[in-house]
Amino acid sequence: MGGHIGPPIQTTMDFGFNDEQELLRSTARKFLENECTSEFVRKRMAEPAGVTDEFWSKMAEQGWLGLVFPEAYGGSELGFVDLAVLMEEMGRAVMPGPFVSTVLLGGLTVLEAGSPAQKDAWLPKIAGGRAKAALAWTEPSGRWDAAGVTTTAKPAPGGWALSGTKLFVLDAHLADVLVVVARSAETKQPDEGISLMLVPRATPGLEVRLLPTMDQTRKLCEVTLNDVRVEAAAVLGSVGGGWAPLARVVERATVALCAEMCGGAQRVLDMTVDYAKIRVAFGRPIGSYQGVKHKAADMLVDVENAKSLTYYAAWAMDENVPEAALAASMAKACCSDAYRKVAAAGIQLHGGIGFTWEHDLHLYFKRAKSSEFTFGDATYHRERVAQLINL
Amino acid sequence: MDFSLTPDQEAFRERVRTWLQLNIPGQWVRRAMGSSEVPRPEAYEFLRDWQRKLWEVGFVGLTWPKEYGGQGLSFVEEMILHQEMALLKAPSILNILGVGMAGPTIIAYGTEAQKKRYPAKILSAEEIWCQGYSEPNAGSDLASLQTRAVKDGDAWVINGQKVWTSLAHLADWMMLLARTDSDAPKHKGITYFLLDMKLPGVTVKPLKQLTGDAEFNEVFFDNVRVPESQVLGGVNNGWQVGLTTLMYERLALGFGLQVRLRIALDGLVEMARHVEKSGRPTTNDPILRQKLAQLWIETESLKYTGARAITKLLRGELPGPEASAGKMVWVDVHQRLQELAMEIEGPYSQLVAGSERAIENGLWQYSFLRSRANSIEGGTTEIQKNIIGERVLGLPKG
Repeated sequence: MGGHIGPPIQTTMDFGFNDEQELLRSTARKFLENECTSEFVRKRMAEPAGVTDEFWSKMAEQGWLGLVFPEAYGGSELGFVDLAVLMEEMGRAVMPGPFVSTVLLGGLTVLEAGSPAQKDAWLPKIAGGRAKAALAWTEPSGRWDAAGVTTTAKPAPGGWALSGTKLFVLDAHLADVLVVVARSAETKQPDEGISLMLVPRATPGLEVRLLPTMDQTRKLCEVTLNDVRVEAAAVLGSVGGGWAPLARVVERATVALCAEMCGGAQRVLDMTVDYAKIRVAFGRPIGSYQGVKHKAADMLVDVENAKSLTYYAAWAMDENVPEAALAASMAKACCSDAYRKVAAAGIQLHGGIGFTWEHDLHLYFKRAKSSEFTFGDATYHRERVAQLINL
Repeated sequence: MDFSLTPDQEAFRERVRTWLQLNIPGQWVRRAMGSSEVPRPEAYEFLRDWQRKLWEVGFVGLTWPKEYGGQGLSFVEEMILHQEMALLKAPSILNILGVGMAGPTIIAYGTEAQKKRYPAKILSAEEIWCQGYSEPNAGSDLASLQTRAVKDGDAWVINGQKVWTSLAHLADWMMLLARTDSDAPKHKGITYFLLDMKLPGVTVKPLKQLTGDAEFNEVFFDNVRVPESQVLGGVNNGWQVGLTTLMYERLALGFGLQVRLRIALDGLVEMARHVEKSGRPTTNDPILRQKLAQLWIETESLKYTGARAITKLLRGELPGPEASAGKMVWVDVHQRLQELAMEIEGPYSQLVAGSERAIENGLWQYSFLRSRANSIEGGTTEIQKNIIGERVLGLPKG
């Protein structure tokens, strides 16, 4: 009784996941529950590599390293909504390793801006787990806009000479090749005159230093380029035309990161609700107290809002709708706040046990913090939203 | 995942848009509702006519079956209609409780006679409905309600009192919850009645709110005889029927209130462009830009959370307790929006309608005051959090 009052529905609109996506989710969850246990994550935190060769090969076998690459380059040619599903599961497992750097940043930039030869050279290797990549973009200024790119690319015999310092570079120490974002011409508009260069990590003059980070599951590097020489063929896309493809890649990576954040936040909520059901204080499960229950409800609302905006942004990326950039910034502003708040509330509701090294909550709390600042925090993206809605 | 519309739905959108462009009365905003959701007294007749016009072209009751006066369309069309009404800043309807709650509940639980009798007149605004749930001693703890119905021959005799009853002074009918078995556990002894407000013994007393308006009322029942044919969904089954009403109410919120929020936000941005702070438009102030963008993001988020809920309905699932989250978020965002309106107006926020110095004739002062009720009416935020905690997350009852 009291059911649906409308007629049978003939419609295309559907803001949910399809059967294949649900299958991808359950496959990924099972795989990561087996292969990416807390013990595995903690071991990877303690060592520079952040991943094992065995784990990386298995990721390749599943087809996940080339999920959004075209079939011609060894990929599965799936969309960003599919990727969002996979990323949610990776976030749930607080998966370490160079997935974001290799697939979402290095790989996608080659796909977006590269020539057929460059794509041939790198994408099948990345999809097959035989090569890792990184994006050397941000600098000590910590800026996410085009004006933040001050590393120079100067014409040199047969190619270019690169000089400058890149900071907060994900997994540069693991990468076989780096995409270096450099200024090849001084122009009035900061987003002009930027070029993308493929630089093998072993190139003379390029130095990578691993930095100690709060979130040990995410490895950050400083990359210094001291008169690094590359051939003319190293340029991805057009000389001076690098900002537009970079911005598109970063938008996509941002949305994928948002999905990972949603998955992490959902896991914190799940752990907290499970604990609140069994932990007894004053003779009752703590989840029966409104002080705890209402906080858990707030966590759920944060997680659901984050998911709604992230799923929409993923769809907007796939469909390339005009407001895709706005959708990405709305999602990142929301997720940055939501994951941080949910992770902190998770620790609070667990009490003392939530503050221990032994409990996994701190892995999520720290991942929330590193993700918050990757690709711009909530304040940055709210200002971007303000601009995009012509405020 | 697919946001695309079928050709029929695109055509429907076009038809709605064209009709609204031709038919929205100019300058209605000043006379009608501002950014409030509940009709204000000076707008009643205007909104009744407006709803009738909408109904005549088939834009009310889209998802209701045709045999009961509806259009037999899906929730997608319902969403399209609300979106277009928001974009073109169309007035809302008068019979919001009838269309949002009474009608769907009657269609879900009513006898054939009841379904033939009531829904069509709800849509045409011929008969206005109010909701008799809350009592002086039963608000959040609704199931402890004390209004009593005692069987006497072929009628039930009602005695008791309801309170905070919006539109009761206009209403022809009431969705009434009354206790029919005082020995049963409190949730099991309640019956849902369709009550004629013109019956002898029904007294409506307006209740003045902190806004100065009297939009809601106290309703007293003194030996009111209700024919037994007016029971909806069976004797002592009222709690279940009443919850269905509330789920539809929160669902209707998802459709309607999100777009009302968007209208209010557009209005706020417009106002902010014309108000200066420290010698520059408030929209250039970095902190206010952050706050406006945050409200924008949250308003959009509600839209997509709503789309996820619609998807569940389209896939044949019932509206569930998740709707509580939507209600709660809406309230929170709307109250902050109204607070921000006051912050943007600065010292002018103190001036109300009647002062020629008041910004936009004091529109925002009214909606700011009215918004305080949002976290109380339709289930307090605290109750929504209990529902989310217990029925969505599965936490134990207190």
